[in-house]
Amino acid sequence: MPKVTYIEYNGTEHPVEVPVGLSVMRGAVNNNVPGIDADCGGECACATCHVYVDPAWLDKIGTPIPGSQEASMLSFAAEGKPNSRLSCQIAMHEEFDGLIVRMPQGQH
Amino acid sequence: MSAQPRDAYFIPLDAIDVSDPQLYQDDAYYPYFERLRREAPVHWCRESRYGPYWSVCKYKDIMQVEVNHQVYSSELGGIAVEDPPVGLERESFIRMDPPKHDEQRKVVGPIVAPANLAEMEATIRERTIRVLEGLPRNETFDWVERVSIELTTMMLATLFDYPWEDRRQLTYWSDVAICNVHAPESPVHSEQEKFDELKKMAERMAELYNERAKAPPKFDLLSMLAHGRATQDMPLREFMGNLTLLIVGGNDTTRNSMTGGLYALSQHPHEYQKLRENPALVASLVPEIIRYVTPVIHMRRTATQDAELGGQPIRAGDKVVMWYVSGNRDPDAIDDPDNFIIDRPRPRQHLSFGFGIHRCVGNRLAELQLRILWEELLPRHPTIEVLAPPRRTYSNFIHGMRSMPVRIPTLN
Repeated sequence: MPKVTYIEYNGTEHPVEVPVGLSVMRGAVNNNVPGIDADCGGECACATCHVYVDPAWLDKIGTPIPGSQEASMLSFAAEGKPNSRLSCQIAMHEEFDGLIVRMPQGQH
Repeated sequence: MSAQPRDAYFIPLDAIDVSDPQLYQDDAYYPYFERLRREAPVHWCRESRYGPYWSVCKYKDIMQVEVNHQVYSSELGGIAVEDPPVGLERESFIRMDPPKHDEQRKVVGPIVAPANLAEMEATIRERTIRVLEGLPRNETFDWVERVSIELTTMMLATLFDYPWEDRRQLTYWSDVAICNVHAPESPVHSEQEKFDELKKMAERMAELYNERAKAPPKFDLLSMLAHGRATQDMPLREFMGNLTLLIVGGNDTTRNSMTGGLYALSQHPHEYQKLRENPALVASLVPEIIRYVTPVIHMRRTATQDAELGGQPIRAGDKVVMWYVSGNRDPDAIDDPDNFIIDRPRPRQHLSFGFGIHRCVGNRLAELQLRILWEELLPRHPTIEVLAPPRRTYSNFIHGMRSMPVRIPTLN
């Protein structure tokens, strides 16, 4: 099963196996990884599952489509960066084995 | 004459009108929504004092409206079932669609971003402790006045960097802004009078705004508005509207959660006891309070085009009302929703902050204030007796609680 490493704002690392097809958000929530709130439960409606995709993975994972709901919600998130994503919008894939995502200071 | 709970099940379905503010003052709306969720989850009310409107009652249908702002506009008809008063409209970014909404929201968003909240926490805690330690023992007092209003008004004064000694003016303007002018207890009794009072607010704020426009930018709402490209040079009514939005959003909702939370615990003594035994539950208590209280009763949208919602045909121009009070009690989305349960597994999945681009910008500040209140309350006053239910506001929009008598027993 592919593995994702979630890194909290304070540097704590959480390596987690995430089944193919499940979202990166769900992988964190199901394993009690702190730092991803996911208030809306995966509807792309709140931006509280904000993560920074490790730059080495950005090409594979991709960035939000301009004008999409995800881009719009992310534009209101604190500390948005070019590698910001909503983790509920990243569906796990075999090729993403080893993915690293970092959490912001807080979800908002 | 107020409606009796049994009416909800005996009147014809198409005669149900949940926009009557009396239902909320009497806390009598639950059975109407219980019936609507089962029999007509997207319900057309043909006639009401606010004209015809759709009621959206289920969690998932509300979510669908929230995320489709292209179809369901906040700008076309405003955000309340009652249309804005003709000729006295006050625009604000909550009543705008993109792109202008986005530009203005981004000006004020940073004040409630995580980094700034971390900076504010110590100040909020110190004030909360001071207020709680000043409460009388073995004496009846009004929780709303002494705690809920006091704490949220101090927060608001900080957010605006408003003159400290005049801070209760902010509370007054907030009450003016949300009041129903037809209610006898309201501070103003006509839309014109409301407009005039809010204009006075804008004039006072404009003095501060102008000072801050000349000074270097700093981290308060007036300075941010004055220096933000999308918010400098706002016309008077838009200035009034945005100030009102920030004042009401920045205090009234949290005020009512501070009152409603204590009331809910007093009505669920088993949960109150659980909390005393395990104060770590404050983390899930806070979102549960916000769900259970649902400080904003509804938000309204206007359809920009024909659409389908929950199997019903919505026509362009129709008024579409999302009843958060109903969605938050939808058993298909939330287990045992009428119960107040402070250790729910996913307590933050509720509609009280809204979703989509208009989601409450201050949601984490609201949670922070409530968390600190309960963290500091439990060790000091583990028991607070609520002596009577809160007196509620005559409003179908803000779930207001005007007063609630309580007593802190003398320590054993």
